[in-house]
This record gives sequence, C-alpha cells and structure tokens, in this order.
Amino acid sequence: MDEGRHPATTRRRFLTGAGRLIGGLGAVQLVAIRPGGATPDSMAAAIRRVVGAADVRDGKVSIEAPPLVENGNSVSITVAVDSPMTPADHVRGIFIFNEKNPQSNVANFRFGPRAGRAGVSTRIRLADTQKVVAIAELSDGSFWSASVDLIVTVAACVEGT
Amino acid sequence: MTAAMMRRLLWSGAPGLLAGLVAAAVVRAGDIAPADKRSDYSLMSRDTQAMQDDDLANPGMLFVLDGEMLWSRKDGAENRSCADCHGDAAASMKGVAARYPAYEATLARPIDLEQRINSCRANHQGATPFAWESKELLALAAFVARQSRGVAIAEPADEKLEPFIRAGREMFERRQGQLDLSCSQCHDDNWGRRLAAAVIPQGHPTGYPLYRLEWQNLGSLQRRLRNCMFGMRAEPYAYGAPEQVELELYLMWRARGLATDSPAVRP
Amino acid sequence: MAQALINVPAKARRGEIIEIKSLISHVMETGYRRSDSGDLIPRDIINTFVCTYNDDVVFRAELFPAIAANPFISFFTVATESGVITLSWTDDKGATEVRTAKITVE
Repeated sequence: MDEGRHPATTRRRFLTGAGRLIGGLGAVQLVAIRPGGATPDSMAAAIRRVVGAADVRDGKVSIEAPPLVENGNSVSITVAVDSPMTPADHVRGIFIFNEKNPQSNVANFRFGPRAGRAGVSTRIRLADTQKVVAIAELSDGSFWSASVDLIVTVAACVEGT
Repeated sequence: MTAAMMRRLLWSGAPGLLAGLVAAAVVRAGDIAPADKRSDYSLMSRDTQAMQDDDLANPGMLFVLDGEMLWSRKDGAENRSCADCHGDAAASMKGVAARYPAYEATLARPIDLEQRINSCRANHQGATPFAWESKELLALAAFVARQSRGVAIAEPADEKLEPFIRAGREMFERRQGQLDLSCSQCHDDNWGRRLAAAVIPQGHPTGYPLYRLEWQNLGSLQRRLRNCMFGMRAEPYAYGAPEQVELELYLMWRARGLATDSPAVRP
Repeated sequence: MAQALINVPAKARRGEIIEIKSLISHVMETGYRRSDSGDLIPRDIINTFVCTYNDDVVFRAELFPAIAANPFISFFTVATESGVITLSWTDDKGATEVRTAKITVE
C-alpha cells in the first residue's frame, strides 16, 4: 500500500504461568531502568492482567504505524483484527501496550458483533524508541497479538525550559 | 529611480509595478530559486500531512471552532463582536492572513495578524487585548487565517514595507548565538537535508497559527521563531518585539506565491 | 464546553459498516510532566469513551496517559436502524461530555 507502513512481523510466544518472555526480548531479563521508568517486565505484567493464564498466539492482528516517528507526542496508529464479526465469531477487545513509557497500558477498546469491522485508529504518545504490542481477545476466549518496533526521534528545535 | 518617480508611479495606480520594484530591490543571489520553492508541508511525513488534510482529524480545527464562536461574541465597552463590523468571515477575511504583516500607518511600521486583532479589540470594541499565545488570541487568529486557505501569499505591494523587509532579511542571514549559526544556513542552504532525524524545511510560514506536535497545542509564528532562536542558542526576541514582526514580514515576503494552508500541522 | 469534532454519516444503507471519527479538545495531562518549579503537574485525562447506538453500547474505550493530547479515536459500527448515535466521554475529575448525531438508515 504505502511506503512507511509495515505489518506485524514479530514471531513471539508468551509462556503461561511462569510469566517469563522468550525470543526477541531475551531469556536474560533486562532489569536496567529505561527512560520513562517502564521495563519489558511491567509490560508483560500489564498483558498478563488482561490475558490471565491464557496462551497468546501470533496472527490475526495488524498494526499500522510509521516506523520512523516525527514526534513522539503524537503517533498515528491503526490496529485491525481479521474477523468476520458475527455473533458467533467476533473480536471482544483490542488492548494496546507499550514497552518504555512510564505506564505500560495505552488503551483498551471493547467491541461486539455490531462493530462490523474490528479496527480502531488513534494517536498515542511514545517516550522513546520502543515496541508497541496489540492484543486481541476473540469471542471464543482466545488471544492473538502483534507488535511493532517504532523509532522515536527528538524534534530538532525544542522549546526552551 | 528617484523618489519623485516612485511617487508618480504610485499615483498612477500601478501597484503591480510597484510590487515588482519592491521585490526587485530585495531579491538576492543566495535565495531559494523560484522553481525550488516549496511549502514545508511537502517535506512532512505522510502521517503528518494526513493529519493536516482531514478537517475532522486536524487538531488545529478545534481552535478554528473556538475562533468561530469568538468571532460572533460581543465584547468590550462597545459591546460589539467582530461579526458586527466584518460580517461573514468567509467573505470579509478571505485573503487577509495572506497579506499580513501589513503596514499600519498610525504606528509607521508593520503589524502582524495577532496585533491587528488586538488593535481592533482596543480601538473598535473597547476591549482589553488578549495576551500573547492566549487560547482566545490563537483561536481568533486561526479562524481568520483559515479563511485564507488556498490563497497565495501576497507580494507586499506597499513600498513603505521595504526597509522592514530588509531588516528581517538581515536578521535571517546574520550569524548569531552560541552556535554562530544563521537561519539562512539551514533554511536556504540545507533545506531537504536532515538535522538529527528531522528534515530541514525551507521555513515558510504558510500555515500559521499551526498545531505543532512538539507543543501539543496551537501556536503562533512568533512562538515558533522564539523556539528557533532558542534552538540556535541565541537570545529569543520578546513577543511583540519589532524584530519579531520584521522577521515575520521577511518570511512572508520570502514565501510569496505559496498557498496558505492554515491551520497546518507540523512536528 | 470542550470543543469536539464528530463525524457520523447522516445517511447509510441498512447493514452498511460506517466509520465514526471523533477528535476531542483535551490536554490529556499525563501526570509525569513537571512544571518550571519542579512540581509534578497532576494527571488529567479523558479515561473513558463510550458510543451508544440508540440504547445499545456499540464501542467502549478505556484510555491511559499514553493517548496523545486532543485525542482522536475512529472506529466502526454497522448501520442497523435510524436513530441517534451518542458519544460520551468522562475525565479524571468525573466530568462527562456528550455529543449526539442523528442517522437515517434506509
């Protein structure tokens, strides 16, 4: 479609129970506090609060966002989920998380079959270059996810004070 | 070209010719070639452009709505609204923002749009002027500027503006601040290249007042110029300083011919 | 009253999926910024956003400080019947704003 867009490319599995993340985030837990105060651990915890003990699978979810962000104060993001949106098979919620802001949650969106299309567009704040994760909850209780890595740059001429 | 000849031309009603003379007097070799001149919009990312293009998604339009309300609100000792004198803004204000700063005879110098709004408030509404960068002043300026969307920035036709345009140019080309940097070095000589990860625009004020993502708010050209000078590690001019208006005037002269796109969105 | 720009199509065919766009004037103060004196500026955001179609809730959002100032939210709903689409949002102070739009469904 357009330059500057890319679909979710991550292949990541979340293990249940132990709450440990493997794959790109590394089996070694990084505990250094990043700008903003959040860590991948707090994002994992925030995700667990939504999904509970369930598995989260890759697929169905796509995130559209500019890979190089002009200003972290406002990043346009669109999350869509591949679903027929029928009463028997629809998306119940889309939950967006970030890795490095002071708080891991971005927004929780709730839908029903009356949505017609499982998708939402909004603008978010990103404190630093980081990963954004979107998780979809389906009517059958399953969870699906996608993530994007976004590069956040600082404005060239920032305001005084 | 003597003063007497200039006066004769003026009285003969040849404003176009006069404008040409003003322009000819000020154009210089290092300027951006007319064929290369482009709006800052064209160098923004697609997402920023998309935010600007959709009036229902452009945060600047929220301020235009506020300005529309203020336009009809009676105010001051005279209990008069802008609409009482100017009627329908879409008609009366079309093209106005595209020819500001304009020469104000009573002050014998140019004033910008925000100063004009405040002088109207004082002289015709008997109302106290709005503070610089106040929500009300920005909203009214945004509403007025919106009426000029698509209108080409006018070439200043008044010969009395020439010394002020020159003063503005002199500031634009002067090396200043701790970095010993001039505006011209980035915006005339290196536009299109990147400073850190940001694309350097040519610096045309086609869309003011505009929604700057860095501010998370609407702001004026004067605010942006203060940001620029702070970024250059130079002492910014105070709001309303004559230097600010001269710089605004030069920038508008430099942008002549480009279309107004208020309220713009910029990073 | 805060300004808001709401776009709901005035007319739609029965069963058509329509897009609803909303842009709300709000500072969305995160609670993580500091004033010039060094004090934390208290959090002040819109935390809930709800869309009802006649009497049914068709979309709900829970917002956090990571949502940008002057929040923009766009989503979809199926045009089922004529009536009123209502958007309402509540901020941290408990204040709720409501906007309505009529829709004619043929």
